[in-house]
Amino acid sequence: MDRFKRVPISVQDPKERITNFDEVCLGYTEEEAMKEAQRCLNCKHHPCVDNCPVNIHIPRFIKHIAEGEFEEAAHVLAEQTALPAVCGRVCPQEEQCEKVCVLGIKGEAVSIGKLERFAADWARENNIDLAKTKEKNGFKVAVVGSGPAGITCAGDLAKEGYDVTIFEALHEPGGVLVYGIPEFRLPKDTVVKPEIENLKKLGVKIETNVIVGRTVTIDSLLNEEGFHAVFIGSGAGLPKFMGIAGENLNGVFSANEFLTRNNLMKAFRDDYDTPIKVGSKVAVIGGGNVAMDAARTALRLGAEVYVVYRRTEKELPAREEEVHHAMEEGIKFEFLTNPIEIIGNEDGWVKSIRCQRMELGEPDESGRRRPVPIVGSEFEIEVDTIIMALGTSPNPLIPATTAGLEINDRKCIVVDEDGQTSREGVFAGGDVVTGSATVILAMGAGKKAAKGIDKYIKEKYGEKAEA
Amino acid sequence: MYKIVEKKFLAPNIVSMDILAPRVANSAQPGQFVIVIADETGERIPLTICNYDKEKGTVNIVIQAMGSSTKKIAALEEGDYLKDFVGPLGRPSDYVNADIEEVKKQKVLFVAGGVGAAPVYPQARWFHEHGIGVDVIIGAKTKELIILEDEMKEVAENVYISTDDGSYGFNGMVTGLMEELIVKQGKKYDLVVAIGPMIMMKFVCLLTKELGIKTTVSLNPIMVDGTGMCGACRVTVGNETKFACVDGPEFDGHLVDFDEALQRLTQYREEELELAKRGEEKKCTCQHGGAN
Ligand SMILES: Cc1cc2nc3c(=O)[nH]c(=O)nc-3n(C[C@H](O)[C@H](O)[C@H](O)COP(=O)(O)OP(=O)(O)OC[C@H]3O[C@@H](n4cnc5c(N)ncnc54)[C@H](O)[C@@H]3O)c2cc1C
Ligand SMILES: Cc1cc2nc3c(=O)[nH]c(=O)nc-3n(C[C@H](O)[C@H](O)[C@H](O)COP(=O)(O)OP(=O)(O)OC[C@H]3O[C@@H](n4cnc5c(N)ncnc54)[C@H](O)[C@@H]3O)c2cc1C
Ligand code: SF4
Ligand code: SF4
Ligand code: FES
Repeated sequence: MDRFKRVPISVQDPKERITNFDEVCLGYTEEEAMKEAQRCLNCKHHPCVDNCPVNIHIPRFIKHIAEGEFEEAAHVLAEQTALPAVCGRVCPQEEQCEKVCVLGIKGEAVSIGKLERFAADWARENNIDLAKTKEKNGFKVAVVGSGPAGITCAGDLAKEGYDVTIFEALHEPGGVLVYGIPEFRLPKDTVVKPEIENLKKLGVKIETNVIVGRTVTIDSLLNEEGFHAVFIGSGAGLPKFMGIAGENLNGVFSANEFLTRNNLMKAFRDDYDTPIKVGSKVAVIGGGNVAMDAARTALRLGAEVYVVYRRTEKELPAREEEVHHAMEEGIKFEFLTNPIEIIGNEDGWVKSIRCQRMELGEPDESGRRRPVPIVGSEFEIEVDTIIMALGTSPNPLIPATTAGLEINDRKCIVVDEDGQTSREGVFAGGDVVTGSATVILAMGAGKKAAKGIDKYIKEKYGEKAEA
Repeated sequence: MYKIVEKKFLAPNIVSMDILAPRVANSAQPGQFVIVIADETGERIPLTICNYDKEKGTVNIVIQAMGSSTKKIAALEEGDYLKDFVGPLGRPSDYVNADIEEVKKQKVLFVAGGVGAAPVYPQARWFHEHGIGVDVIIGAKTKELIILEDEMKEVAENVYISTDDGSYGFNGMVTGLMEELIVKQGKKYDLVVAIGPMIMMKFVCLLTKELGIKTTVSLNPIMVDGTGMCGACRVTVGNETKFACVDGPEFDGHLVDFDEALQRLTQYREEELELAKRGEEKKCTCQHGGAN
């Protein structure tokens, strides 16, 4: 065995997969997983662990896989993460745990994410019960939002004995995992739903169709419904538009609208009522994970797809694997290109998008070289659909309806090192605090806030609630 | 699941339902709306809150069976359940949180087109409960589509009716009746609140702009989430893009770009026709477009 080479993983053939919404990556078999796991050097100083935002004990779980002890591997994962099957699939591993893997110095890093996914899938398929909870302590905690931050915070508190209720605005729990990330990267019925079922097994209650700030407020939860603390994990769901001419023409969508119709409302299935519009030629504006997901979704719905990005391939913020898959599938990339106007036909539908070419100039505050327009380089791409994937910011509803909740100039809620906001007993974490980030960072924040809430409640009310 | 505790027909294709949804009933205010999903495969359909009873925990909605989804909801019976019911969404009407003494100084005319009478009713009732008299115009295509006339009479000072075909009340559109009242009879209003089909609101606004009367409209664009997450509901108001679900649904009608809003409403027309074909092969018995 070549210690420096990864055991290859099977994927659906690109020609095949662009015609369906099934998962692209098929995962390791038991033999493959054991073989890949045997490459790990079980380093004493394990840099990989420090670079995982929730500090999964990577060499320990991998050692169990190497020895065929898959259930034990799953238990090691469960010590630190509520969503291993999700993170194994969507974490930007090459930027985190795998980036610092010792094997990566001379060869290829251990496929930590793929092994994590393997152990989690195995545990689910074999109905391993990972739920361990302490005795109930009688304290009530409300969690706002059921994305990765809310799920993690709720799970950790339930294990500590808290009585936790999640309030979710949409009709389906899961946050971005359900409405944003598509089926072909993260299967809903087989991966996301079971993770949510696990949460319910821990005793967490989930109330969908409750919009905090409208249906109830943070204050009514604390003062009228008797919650001892609240965690806000409401994400960053507000879509940005460019502010260019023609943006309200028919056929211009935010990535959130396009993906929500497809993923949450299942518009890609004939038996669901929600319509989706894709047209025959689509331009997706942006270069992050959201842009890749929108582009690959449009492709699967039958369109020819361009991704328009103002910097170069090197600066694409999307995960490496997703860019690679998108290119394999035949998405066309227009790099160093920026839209300046959307042109419509006489019926008010998109006809084309006018762009200009860019070149990279001096580095900006983020350290990336700033794209500057090339004079006289304007050109048009004929498309009938445009999807804006320019990023999102936190929804202002909760700060607007909660007196004394401090936000910063980016509209994000401000928290201290325990995850507590400017309001006593009100904690927050995930995208609502950081702006759009990643699943695992949101989980890390949920975890930290769970510890903060535990500390806050016990210091204020003691170990158990009075009956 | 949300139980339908009462259902009745207000007109051949207009249904009124009381839904058991205590959390929504408890927080609802005039001007707000809900989103309803009929069943597992249903789409998210926005509907105005027409009434609410905090004690019984019920919310009243009025549905005009127009396309496949509104027909699906309207076909449910008393005792059945709606899969999802979320709200209240949107901002309450401005006067709800305004200084009541200021509100009392204004003479308000409500203009309700077709099923728009349903969302006008709780607003008129709110004024009645605060001791303020309002006038109401109810307009529809034809007599049998005039709804809530008796209820409205209980809460309004004057109720005027218009029908496009002249089968009842004033013969013509609501704008014709407005001219009759304001221009010919010299009635004075400080505020017009128009709720109905987008096209009606457009023409009401053209008229009131000419007459110099401030006008509030309740926009009903295509929506998905209703929480500010998707931008499907964007409308141009005073040259700025607004999300109707969170910034509205009520806006200053004189600032709304109605032509764009009307155009955006047609976005899924082909898909809806497809869906209608695919759905029941039953004959369509409703009047498309309803009133006006
Ligand atoms: C299309 C897409 C692809 C992505 N791909 C990746 C990827 O590959 N890898 C990765 O690591 N990250 C990815 N991300 C980012 C990642 O999904 C987010 O960083 C993460 O989900 C944030 O978690 P969260 O719990 O903070 O918020 P969210 O997942 O956004 O969940 C917030 C929840 O709160 C609910 N909510 C909001 N307001 C209220 C309210 N007032 N009352 C009640 N509920 C409310 C929302 O409906 C939502 O369900 C992607 C994001 C998108 C949109
Ligand atoms: C804030 C708000 C409040 C509303 N309140 C009510 C209410 O109280 N009672 C009620 O009956 N309806 C109300 N509507 C309209 C209702 O949501 C639409 O009639 C419904 O979405 C159409 O769905 P459908 O599948 O039955 O018809 P479709 O088959 O989708 O559409 C039928 C026709 O109507 C057009 N259309 C699509 N969406 C809308 C829309 N939002 N408004 C108008 N036309 C549309 C389509 O282009 C098509 O031509 C409201 C809409 C909004 C946004
Ligand atoms: S959670 Fe993410 S960073 Fe941590 S081990 Fe798994 S893939 Fe790596
Ligand atoms: S750094 Fe790489 S080789 Fe070392 S323990 Fe971590 S995964 Fe294994
Ligand atoms: S309906 Fe999605 S933002 Fe308004």
